[in-house]
Amino acid sequence: MSLPFKVVLLAGTLCSTAASAHEFSSGAVVIDHPWARVTAASAPVAGAYLTVTNTGSEPDRLLGGSTPIASRIEIHQMTMDDGVARMRLLPDGAEIAPGATIELAPGGMHLMLIGPDRQLVEGDSFKATLEFARSGTIDIEFVIQRTALGGATGDGEHAGHKP
Amino acid sequence: MKGLRLFRLAVWAAVFVLGGFLLISMQFPESQVGRQTTASGTAKVGGPFSLLTPAGKRIDNQSLAGRPYIVFFGFTYCPDICPTTLFELTDLMADLGPDADSFEVLFVTVDPERDTPAALSSYMTSFDSRITALRGSATETENTLKSFSAYAKKVPLETGGYTMDHTAGVFLMRPDGGFTGMMDMHEPRETKLEKLRRLARMANTVQG
Repeated sequence: MSLPFKVVLLAGTLCSTAASAHEFSSGAVVIDHPWARVTAASAPVAGAYLTVTNTGSEPDRLLGGSTPIASRIEIHQMTMDDGVARMRLLPDGAEIAPGATIELAPGGMHLMLIGPDRQLVEGDSFKATLEFARSGTIDIEFVIQRTALGGATGDGEHAGHKP
Repeated sequence: MKGLRLFRLAVWAAVFVLGGFLLISMQFPESQVGRQTTASGTAKVGGPFSLLTPAGKRIDNQSLAGRPYIVFFGFTYCPDICPTTLFELTDLMADLGPDADSFEVLFVTVDPERDTPAALSSYMTSFDSRITALRGSATETENTLKSFSAYAKKVPLETGGYTMDHTAGVFLMRPDGGFTGMMDMHEPRETKLEKLRRLARMANTVQG
């Protein structure tokens, strides 16, 4: 197969999967489907989510990250106790054991973008760099979605719908 | 320091009352919870409050009399649950259509310090225009929380700044200002829609 043809194939694959799932990897770490939630006008913060798999045999740790579109990124843990939502900074980041996958998802761990310089609009995307203790830095791209499923109204309950 | 200790006690009491209610509401279908809490009178939710819209209009429990309403607490520096709830309500109200005109939806900021009227006004343009942001002075905010047996507390962050711990559930209130139940954003969508339709019907019953 000629190289140009491979490039075309690769580009085609990227385009067809960009809307649903996309993956980035470096070293032993694989980042799956980084996405950020659409934000309200002039929202001072934004929530972003992804899953991280450690395919290696040593533990790794997500330490934080940066993006050109916000002043910084923090790793937070949201918990609900007795109906009260509490958000705490994870100053040491999030550990990923060998072979383990951690999920940053609504209602749990999330990345918080502090001071985004724009409103996050559905369908747009933005670049970011994540930092890992062992695997170093990984350049990724967040897609912007309204919900975890990406649909306008989907909130998880529609996944199993039958016609 | 006695005042502080009393305040702490009161806050813990509020947490237990609300926590207890949530436990009950998780174990029983909604209709039963409504009956139970009304009969026993234990859920002390609903009471006087008075707050301002970003435009400066005063909304209080008196001005809402005769209309069912929804109250939830949040703040604009909240990256996860607050926007999730607001977008979710926006979608639910779109599904309900004109039925959603039958009740008021109130988003009460627990962070009046940073959520200025201008900040709230801009923030709310992203959601259903029938959702009203409300803000009060520190005292008015505290009184509102008390009226709903809700909880909010400022918590400093290691990186500077602060976040707010806060009651995240959505309170559903009858036209007479009494409490009829909670809506949890993790419930199935159909359950949430049914709760809102039920609330809308209360308005129609009152008018008819």
